[in-house]
Amino acid sequence: MKINVNGTSHDLGEIDPKTPLLWVLRDHLSLVGTKYGCGISQCGACTVLLGGEAMKSCLYPVSAVGDTQVTTIEGIAAKDGTLTPVQQAWIDLDVAQCGYCQAGQIVSAEALLRKNPTPSDSEIDAAMDPNLCRCGTYIRIRNGIKRVADANKNVLNGG
Amino acid sequence: MKSLSYNTVDEITDFVTEKIQNLDAAQNSLIFKLDRRQFLQLTGVVGGGLMLGFALPRARANTNGSTFHPNGYIKIDETGVTLYAPNPEIGQGVKTSLPMMVAEELDVSWDDVHVVQSAIDRNAYGGQFAGGSTSTPENYMRLRQAGATARAMLVQAAAEEWNVAASTLSTKSSQVLQTGTNRKISYQEIASAAAALPVPSPENVKLKDPKQFRLLGTRVTGVDNDALVRGEPLFGIDVTLPDMKYAAYHKCPALGGSVISSNIEEIKQMPGVVDAFVLEGNGNVGELLPGIAIIANSTWEALQAKRALNVEWDESQAAKDSWTDAQKEAERLAKEPATQVADNGDFDAAMNASTAKATGFYQYHFVTHAPLEPQNCTAHYKGDSLELWAPTQTPGSAIGTAAKMTGLQTSQVTLHQMRCGGGFGRRLYNDFVSEAAAIARRSKTPIKLQWTREDDTAFDLFRAGGFHQMDGCVDDNGKVTGWRNRFITFAPGGRPASSVSGGVFPGGMVDNLRVEQVALDWTNRCAAWRAPGSNVFAFVVQCFLDELAHAGQRDPLEVLLEVLGEPRSVGGGWRGQGMHTGRAANVVKLAAEKAGWGKELPKNHGMGVAFYYSHAGHIAEVAEVSVGGKEDTVTNRSGDSVVRRKLTVHKVTVAADVGPIINLSGAENQAEGSVIDALSTMMDLSVTFENGRAQQTNFDKYRMLRASSAPAVASHFIDTGEHSPTGLGEPVFPPLAPAVGNAIFAACGHRVRTLPISEEGFYLA
Ligand code: FES
Ligand code: FES
Repeated sequence: MKINVNGTSHDLGEIDPKTPLLWVLRDHLSLVGTKYGCGISQCGACTVLLGGEAMKSCLYPVSAVGDTQVTTIEGIAAKDGTLTPVQQAWIDLDVAQCGYCQAGQIVSAEALLRKNPTPSDSEIDAAMDPNLCRCGTYIRIRNGIKRVADANKNVLNGG
Repeated sequence: MKSLSYNTVDEITDFVTEKIQNLDAAQNSLIFKLDRRQFLQLTGVVGGGLMLGFALPRARANTNGSTFHPNGYIKIDETGVTLYAPNPEIGQGVKTSLPMMVAEELDVSWDDVHVVQSAIDRNAYGGQFAGGSTSTPENYMRLRQAGATARAMLVQAAAEEWNVAASTLSTKSSQVLQTGTNRKISYQEIASAAAALPVPSPENVKLKDPKQFRLLGTRVTGVDNDALVRGEPLFGIDVTLPDMKYAAYHKCPALGGSVISSNIEEIKQMPGVVDAFVLEGNGNVGELLPGIAIIANSTWEALQAKRALNVEWDESQAAKDSWTDAQKEAERLAKEPATQVADNGDFDAAMNASTAKATGFYQYHFVTHAPLEPQNCTAHYKGDSLELWAPTQTPGSAIGTAAKMTGLQTSQVTLHQMRCGGGFGRRLYNDFVSEAAAIARRSKTPIKLQWTREDDTAFDLFRAGGFHQMDGCVDDNGKVTGWRNRFITFAPGGRPASSVSGGVFPGGMVDNLRVEQVALDWTNRCAAWRAPGSNVFAFVVQCFLDELAHAGQRDPLEVLLEVLGEPRSVGGGWRGQGMHTGRAANVVKLAAEKAGWGKELPKNHGMGVAFYYSHAGHIAEVAEVSVGGKEDTVTNRSGDSVVRRKLTVHKVTVAADVGPIINLSGAENQAEGSVIDALSTMMDLSVTFENGRAQQTNFDKYRMLRASSAPAVASHFIDTGEHSPTGLGEPVFPPLAPAVGNAIFAACGHRVRTLPISEEGFYLA
């Protein structure tokens, strides 16, 4: 079986097709940025982009990936290492505490902002509620997204 | 099978308790005056014997002449300035804030600094530990001293190089400058000359006046943030080694059950399974419980095999705990006098003399730590040595337990400190390290032991539930004259999970005060959980004070300030010391003022105030909430039917006095996070037990607060310049629940006395 992750095609050989994408990423491909938190699609620590949509990978069988592009936290920044505005906002606002949930938070925020560059508060809530933060960094997460959304608004307004 | 021993759990709990007590005691000696000599003496006290006097950590050998490595915290060489962060990072921010203390006195530009997590080295660093909010106070003077010493040596080296007096030189942004000239030299250039100088003794090194601080007190983003946003491996769970296998460990769902028989031979045939074996356990519930280990080629295969296990357990010694039974027993005990732990004045006489009284039965459920990174540990056993990669809050004791499991000397065990995906007290206890070591001993390759979320909850060391029968009275002026706190706790292994004393609020502030305690038998392990003791006592005592204020028909803020009274040192700490009523009144007044206490509020809105002293921090919070109308009836966890009502928390105002702030960004983050954690916990978090088994083991049933429910939080910090800094990982947690509870009463007249308050029908908007 083959899957494409962060622009690279990986041959997984004889893998159990039911293996959740999360463990394929972590154990087979050593892409450990995607995290395990609950294993039952409740916490969002394992969120990846699947063809641009935020998807929890802990219950997602690898066989269902097919040709769809998988983007993990390791593939969010540009190839030359330049951070996205979301990643930069996370650093500037010092969002993380323990940081364990933040890969999932950033991926969910990217999915939201790539589809909807200027989300409203309720759209932010709806997109981010699947992602648990045990440390309670929600206020900064929201501020980080708003900061990027405000910059997008300025661009849209030609300013 | 052997009966269960709780020794290891008790030892660690004692260790943390002692540290917190020392901190409280130190607060007493620090009130109002802090000169450096006092602090030097104090540092010895706070260290609890681990930090000897004020000696700087031994310098590591300067192996190469061009490297300046004057102590364990600093290295300057051609690659730049490296600062070593000694303590475990669990999300409290010490990997950033502790090196900031060094950088301030060293006068390096923060942008030049590269921070590295230090190795575990008792000789170099003393105890390396994260818990009890002690990292900041224990390290403040020591790390500043380390920075100042290195700075003095760099200045001396430049003075000798230029042949001028050291007194004519100053430092700024990683450079030595000659006053009145353009002459300057960078630390890197002068480092090798400094390395040749003797290390001056502490008396000859001058620390900055805090007014000169350039870095401390500013907002600094976390040193790992760049790596975090890129998803680089930092955490224990991220460790990947060549030839590493993946392990799971299956234990009896009732704590302490042992294996009679299983389908282990079938399991060994499953795809990807390398080995499976039974471990007997050593009878110590803080180390190794009996179970079945599985080693596989991937985590998924290990977990699949674990799921397929079919085990017959011997539960003769195992937990039989039942929350429903405990609740019934507690209700019965609430009506009987318990053992008196304090009896000041004459409580009975005060009650007889009073016409306005209050009475209430308070209770709180068990909760789990639930750090988002489930416990894990990677271990490589090589016969005569053991290498560990562990996300632990107590690396020193992890080494000890791992040595014991493998029959090695502690000197043969190396531990790499990994970033922790949350701690909250769970990772003070190293049972997962014991398991990894015991499994690794049977494996030829390195193994990574991974607990599932369900393991992490079922085998947590819980924050104990508890019950308080509260009774009290006020006089004709509405002044609190009598207070009785009858506490019913749990005693895992025969030892109370939590204790009250005469110092618990309002000890020392109310004349006729009686405190009683009794404990129920219990088996599941209980232990330190963010702000131990205080995290629930605050709810009980600050809500009950509000009840008494209303009994006397007075403003709760006024009554709180009256109880605090004249500025003086009183009880208040976990075990009853360290609080100062002047500092307390100041934060209460500030929170009330910033929140607009007394202003006109919309219909169905209410404000509540609460204060608590814990971990040497004086914290007041005011919550503004609104409560919706009565909805349908639902059945709660105790089988009672309750009316659902929607709660909205509009704003929480925090006023904190923890002395000077080290990293303002980190401080605000801890305050916001503590408020959200406390709100999440008070709303709906509960682990109940039946037949010894935890009933809610994953996030579908243990429902933490989500982003859309996060309230606005405003944090205000008081620094009078008279106190040393203390930690902020815990003390903002306790006052939140009573502030919200009191606000609910103000909004709708319903008094919440149960945590979580979903038991009384409330849910968060
Ligand atoms: S690990 Fe996938 S949602 Fe929690
Ligand atoms: S930062 Fe710790 S879980 Fe979100």
